[in-house]
Order: sequence, then C-alpha cells, then structure tokens
Amino acid sequence: MSQRNLGNRLYTGEASLPIVTHSKRWYAISAVLMLVAIGAVLLRGGLQLGVEFTGGAELTAQVAQTSDSTVPGVREAVIDTGIEEASEPRVVVVGDDNVRIHTGSLTPEETTTVRDAVAAELDVSRDEITAQVIGPSWGAQITRQALVGLTLFVLAIAVFLSVIYEWKMALAALVALLHDVVFTVGIYALVGFDVTPATVIGFLTILGYSLYDTVVIFDKVRENTKGITAQNQVTYAEAANLGLNQTLMRSMNTAIIGLLPIGSILFVGAGLLGAGTLKDLALALFVGVAVGTYSSIFIATPLLVDLKNREPTIAGLARRVEARRAAAKVQRSEPAQAPSVVAAAAARGGSVVERGERRQPQRQTRSQRRGSGGRPAR
Amino acid sequence: MALLGEWTPRLGLDLRGGTSITLSARTADGTDVTDDSMRQAVDIIRARVDGSGVAESEITTQGRTNIVVQVPDVGEEELVQLVGQTAELRFRPVRAVIPGGSPAPVPTPTEAGTPTPGATPSAAPTPAATPLPTASPAAGRALTEGLLSQGTESPTVTPSPTATPTPTPGTAPTQPPAADGPATAEEQAQLAELDCADLQAGSVDDPDASLFTCDQAGANRFLLGAADVVGTDVDSATAGIPQGDVAWVVDLDFTDEGAAKFLASTQALSTQTFPNNAFAIVLDGRVVSYPTVEEPIPGGRATISGQFSQADAQALATVLNYGALPLTFETSDVSTVTPTLGSNQLKAGLLAGAIGLGLVLLYSLFYYRGLGLVVMASLVVAGLMTYAAIVLLGAAIGFTLTIAGIAGIIVSIGITADSFVVFFERIRDEIREGRSVRMSVETGWVRARRTVLTSDAVSLMAAFFLYVFSVANVRGFAFALGLTTLVDLIVVFLFTKPLVTVLARSRFFGAGHPWSGLDPQRLGAPSRAGRVRERLMGPPPKEATS
Repeated sequence: MSQRNLGNRLYTGEASLPIVTHSKRWYAISAVLMLVAIGAVLLRGGLQLGVEFTGGAELTAQVAQTSDSTVPGVREAVIDTGIEEASEPRVVVVGDDNVRIHTGSLTPEETTTVRDAVAAELDVSRDEITAQVIGPSWGAQITRQALVGLTLFVLAIAVFLSVIYEWKMALAALVALLHDVVFTVGIYALVGFDVTPATVIGFLTILGYSLYDTVVIFDKVRENTKGITAQNQVTYAEAANLGLNQTLMRSMNTAIIGLLPIGSILFVGAGLLGAGTLKDLALALFVGVAVGTYSSIFIATPLLVDLKNREPTIAGLARRVEARRAAAKVQRSEPAQAPSVVAAAAARGGSVVERGERRQPQRQTRSQRRGSGGRPAR
Repeated sequence: MALLGEWTPRLGLDLRGGTSITLSARTADGTDVTDDSMRQAVDIIRARVDGSGVAESEITTQGRTNIVVQVPDVGEEELVQLVGQTAELRFRPVRAVIPGGSPAPVPTPTEAGTPTPGATPSAAPTPAATPLPTASPAAGRALTEGLLSQGTESPTVTPSPTATPTPTPGTAPTQPPAADGPATAEEQAQLAELDCADLQAGSVDDPDASLFTCDQAGANRFLLGAADVVGTDVDSATAGIPQGDVAWVVDLDFTDEGAAKFLASTQALSTQTFPNNAFAIVLDGRVVSYPTVEEPIPGGRATISGQFSQADAQALATVLNYGALPLTFETSDVSTVTPTLGSNQLKAGLLAGAIGLGLVLLYSLFYYRGLGLVVMASLVVAGLMTYAAIVLLGAAIGFTLTIAGIAGIIVSIGITADSFVVFFERIRDEIREGRSVRMSVETGWVRARRTVLTSDAVSLMAAFFLYVFSVANVRGFAFALGLTTLVDLIVVFLFTKPLVTVLARSRFFGAGHPWSGLDPQRLGAPSRAGRVRERLMGPPPKEATS
C-alpha cells in the first residue's frame, strides 16, 4: 500500500525527490567513484585478463572429488611433461569438482600431451577434459573488433537520439554511458575478476541497457518540457525533475525485473558451474544494470538540465519563473484560481493567455493536445 | 527440451560438446584480405576437412578475416593441425616416379608410437587412373599442335633393387638435399620404400630441398626437385574449354617474376625425357598434377591440357589460384568442450532461465496484481515465439544456440517485461489523471508505444552493431538479443495491447477491482484529478482541492 502511495505521490509531484536540484552532489559522488575506478585500474596495472586475451591454453577437467593433493599433483604432472610453455602452470580448483589448468600457448601435440598427463593424474578419460588454446593475437583481434563496433554504435546512437530528441539529450545519455562503463571496469579492476570475452559481452550489453533506461526517462522529460518556454510557471529543471520522479517507479521496477533473471544466472552460473561464460556475463551485467539505473537518474537527467540551462530561452524562462514567484509571494493573500484554470484550459484546448498574464498549464491531457492539433510551440 | 527432431534448436558446440577452431587470415604484405581470397581459402579448408573423414563439420566465416571450423568430436588434434597449416603451392621438377602407393613386395612395418592420422587419405594403388597432363604455351586460346596429353599410360620407372634401403616412414614428406636431374640409384631405392599411407597430411615442405611424396590419391610416389616456381608466382588460373575444342583445360597466367622463372624451368625440363620433363604441381606437400613440358614456355601464359573432366579441371584451377592466394592462417582459438560439460552448461542455462522467469512473474504479480497475469501470458507467448524462431532459423540458416545466446535470451526476459512495465505505468498514470480504465488503456498505449519503440530501437541497434562487428561468442549473444527484441515488439503490439484492451472491458479490470492493479482509488484518482497541473503551477490552494 505504502509503495502504491509512493508511486502516486511521485507521479502527482506531491512527493518529489529533489534530484536535479542537488546535481552537484551527484556529480561529486560520481567523480569520486570515477577516480576510484580509474585509480583501481592504474594501480592494479590493468584488468585481470582471461586466457582469451593473453593467449595460452586452459584445460578443465571434471573429477568426482577433489582433495588437497589434487592441485600439487596436477601441477607436478603438467610440469613433468617437460614442455617449456607448460613449465609454470596455474592450477586451481573451481567449485567442488572442476580442476582448471592454465599454461602458455601450446601446439596441438603439446595440448594432447598435457591432456594425457592430466587425465592420467586425475584418473579421468582424456575426452572428459575440456581444452581451449588461444593464439597470442586473438585477444587483440577481439578487442579491436569490439572497439570498432563500439565506436560505430556510439556514433549511430548519438545520431539517432539527436534526430528523435535533440543532441543535448544524446550527449547526456552518452556521458551516462561512459560513466557506467568506467565504473563497471573499475569494479572489475578492484575485485580482480577475470575479464573474458563473456565479460566483454556483458559490458556491451550494459551499453544497450544504460541507453535504453535513459531513453525511457528522457521520453518523459521531453513530454513534460514540450513548449515549456511558452509559460512562466515552471522552470526546465523542475519539469525535468518531475519527469524523473514520475518515471522513478518504472525505473525501480525495470531495474528489479532486469536484475532478477541476471541474478538467477549469476546464482546458477556460479553455484552449479563454478565459473564460465554464464557467470562472467551475469556478473558484468549485474554490476552494469545497477550502475546504469543509477546513472540514468542521477547523472543523465541533471546533466541534461545543465546543458539546457545554457540555452538563452531556457535561462530566460528560469528568470521569468523566479520573478513571477517573487511577485506571487506578495499577492499570497489573494485566493488562487488554479482549479478554474484547468477547466478553462480544457475548454479552450490550447495555450492560455489570461488577464495579460500567461497562465498556460504545463501539463495538459493528451486529448487536449491532440484536439488542438498541436498548439503554437514556443 | 525433451522434444525431438526438428522441434529442438540446433545447439552450439559449447552446449553439446565438440571442437571449434578459429583461424585468422593474414596477408603476407599486410594488405586487406579480400572476400574472394577468403572464399577460396574456405573451399580449400573444407576440402581438407572433408578429406579427413570428419562427419558433420561446419565451416563458416566470421568477420572479414576469420574462418571457424567446428566439428562435433572431441580430441581432434590432427584436425587442428590439418586446417591450421599454411597451404603452400609449388612447382617442382619431377626426378622420379614410381606407380603404386606403397612398396608392394615388402610389407612396411608400422612404426609404433607414431600414430597414423585418420586424416590421411587412404592409399588406393590405382596408378593408371591418373591422367598425365601436359603444359603448353597458351597462344591465345589455341593449343599448340602435338602437345595434347600423351594418354593415360602410367610412367614406368624401374626401381633399382640394389642399395641399402633407408626407410623413412612416419616423417614424410622426406626431404633429402636439393639435387637436379634423374634420381640416383639410392634415391630410387628410397622412393621404392616410401609408403603413401605414412605421409602425414599437410606437413609443410621446404621449397629448396628435394621432396619424396605421393600424389593426393596416394596412387603414385614421386621424387621431386627443388621448387622452381612457387604459388605466389601464379597470377591466376581458370578452367575452361578452348574454342573449337571439347576437352577441359586449365589456363595459367604467371606474374612477371613467375613468367621468367617458369620460362627458365620449362627450358630446362623440355630437354629431358619422361618423367624428367614433367613438373609437379604440389599443394600441401602432395602432388596434385604433373604435366610434361615439350618446349620452353615464354610469355607467362600456359595451358595445362589432359583428359580432364570438368570437375578435375576446376579443382586444379582452384588449387592453382589458392597458391596465388597470399594468405597465411594463424590458429587463433582452439576450444574443445566435452559433452558432459556441454550438457551441464545447457542444464544450468535452462535452470537459470526458469528461475529468472519465475522471479519476474512473482514480482509482476506482487506489484501489478491482475496485470501480472498479463505479464505471465505475454512472456509465455514471447517465449514460444523465440523458441520457434530459434528452431526455424536453425533449420533455415544454420543458427546455433550457444551458451552466450541463452544468456542473451535470459537477459531479454527483463527487457521484454520492461515493455509491459512502461505500458502499465502509463495506463496507471492515465487513471491517476481521472480517466476511466478503458480510456486509460487506449491513451496510455499511445504514449507507451512511442517509448517502447524508441527504447527497442536502441536495443536493436546495439544488437546489430554487436553482430556485425564482433567475433566469436559475442555474435551468438547479439543475435539472441536482436531476435528477442523483435519478438518483444511483436508481442507487445499484437498480443499484450489487444489483450489488455479486451480485459479492460471485463468487470474485473474495467471497474478497477482492487486486485486488478488498476484500482482508481488506490491510484489516487479520480478525486485528485488535475493535481499534477496544480503542483506544476505552484502551491496548490489547499482548501480548493477537497
């Protein structure tokens, strides 16, 4: 019940979180987080790259039960093959029943040798050992391809949003996007998760999700601020903040609904499989969706307002609203006429000019706007 | 998933187990790899894989420079070697030929410890089957008189039975030091001992040394001299029937450098007698053809004629073109996934999907009450459509479902459900404005539609760019994301919206039953109509609203 009421109150503006008003605070928080993220990457000397990026071989064997002697035993067996690239294997136990071995890059024959050695040591069939051997330049190729795709995607999105909205919205959305990626990468550097191609997929999905989330909010902001300069009752910042609050319940619901399946992948991927594509992907997504929701609300929209406030007409509007409010304070004792204004506006179905003072309502119902066939904008 | 036959999707290797090899092509001089040369390379690699007897192989290109070979079996190290090597085409003078693929009188002892690759074409000793073509200068399209094939008689070179045999099984093609002219007695003996079955498929030969090898069918054994002309000297080769003729020939154009080399080579060869007047076209260390030369061929153009079938001629032209292909391949990624791990991943993916779906449904029911049922029905429809699309695309264009694809689908549960969230929130906004439920559904839809279209367009763009520009796993994910976004659009427009419209006519939803999720009273309507406008226009007069 209280949740519903909160939704209603957010919508009507009765309960309003002053998010845009405190934009400096959010910028400061995000700036600190960005610095921590970048610092983490620099201090850690980059990300912990998976075998796909560094080149090398990764073998995974599934065994019935691991024991304390499993790791040293396998290590010994791999070193005993005498293969130079396999002289310093990294052996880890993943989950309860998986043994994973990393070595340098191996030729097919060497892979077979190592596989046989591991199979003999663990007493499993050779065919039960999964192997992946990556050439040294494959990672560079994946990365280059991903960067090319990313650049073109960002450009296309910038054009797309500029066309259907305006370039300031595109810029604000892309800054929020950058924020999300830097932050997620920072978390990876900080915690030291392995970065695999699956993680990259996750990062790329975050891009899509972050933009998607921002677009929904901007859609409402645009609706609220359409023809806003034709009145002097609300500033752009207030209208944008209202849009933000009106979509807040949607943002929360979307984040929750988005995180539920991702969380279940994470749970199942990490719990049942120990590691692998599913876990890597879900981890990046989980962090990214959470950060993406935050940035859409606290970065993208305030930034949009700041950008818009540089426009002379929007700045002028803010001054007019201020002046009018100052005047209204003086006339406080007079009975306000708000309800009748609504009725009057509905009857006329267009912009309202009343008693020489502009009293056009900021929000009209759709039927009014449709009925007017588009009021004279601005 | 228990369904059988064409009702199940095609699963990727990471879900059913198998070996996947990714090769990255690179030109020697760093120029761009052309689509044409990639196609030829795929043809050659397909021929190699098929020739090795591996069933159900799949060879595809990814991006502009990658070739992916996928086979369902695990543990195909030989295959990795087979497809990953650089193919080399060379023209070598023939020094000796012995028909038959193995030393007939003496059984060759099989060397222990050197596994004979299953990839080696089995020796079929049918020496007479190989036509013996000739090479001739191409004067326009006409063939020089008297240069047509000498017929199919196999060359007869008597091996000398003397000298101590030095068997060389297992490590072929054997490469003695370079020498010219007819084989020495010792080399003849060595050649006689050669067993084609022992030749390893696709080992790389040294162009500057002589070479003991066999033809591709394993029907003849050869001793070849150092390579006079190499593949990159060939400019192009085409198979065709010259005007006024009936037999297929292969026309060969050399580069300027190649023309000079070829002239020098043919000058030397034409003075010899058979078999030493023949040059062997060697691909991957195996003799593809060995035309004889009757006169020096200047001008950089030659025609190879013989009793070619159309397929023979075209195959030879392909080989010669491939030699001109300035590509080397690097083995970028070799993954083997055991069937056990594959099925575990599949189970985990399905389980995660089921849990995720269940949680989303529970939350929808909790928050949207009656409308949660609409979410449930819509997600079921979306799920069925996605499943059908994957099965159909698997049959039609060979789309395979990988673990990344499953992840993409699970993630899209959230994005699909979000379309409903946007729609329902809009309806509720309208109800808060004081409209009837039926009106709210229609007006809310008009506004939600635009938001859904815009945000889905962003998702589709992301999927498109990811798919086009990425390699490996990412593509499967991007495809799944794009597919489910389309499904989302279809379901929202053609199922969810009509369903809600119909439901709004019912008493339960239309009258805003408390459990319908559309109860005007709980949503703060209608008494608060106009509240938004008031709020925007400044402090509402408190006494006026009540």
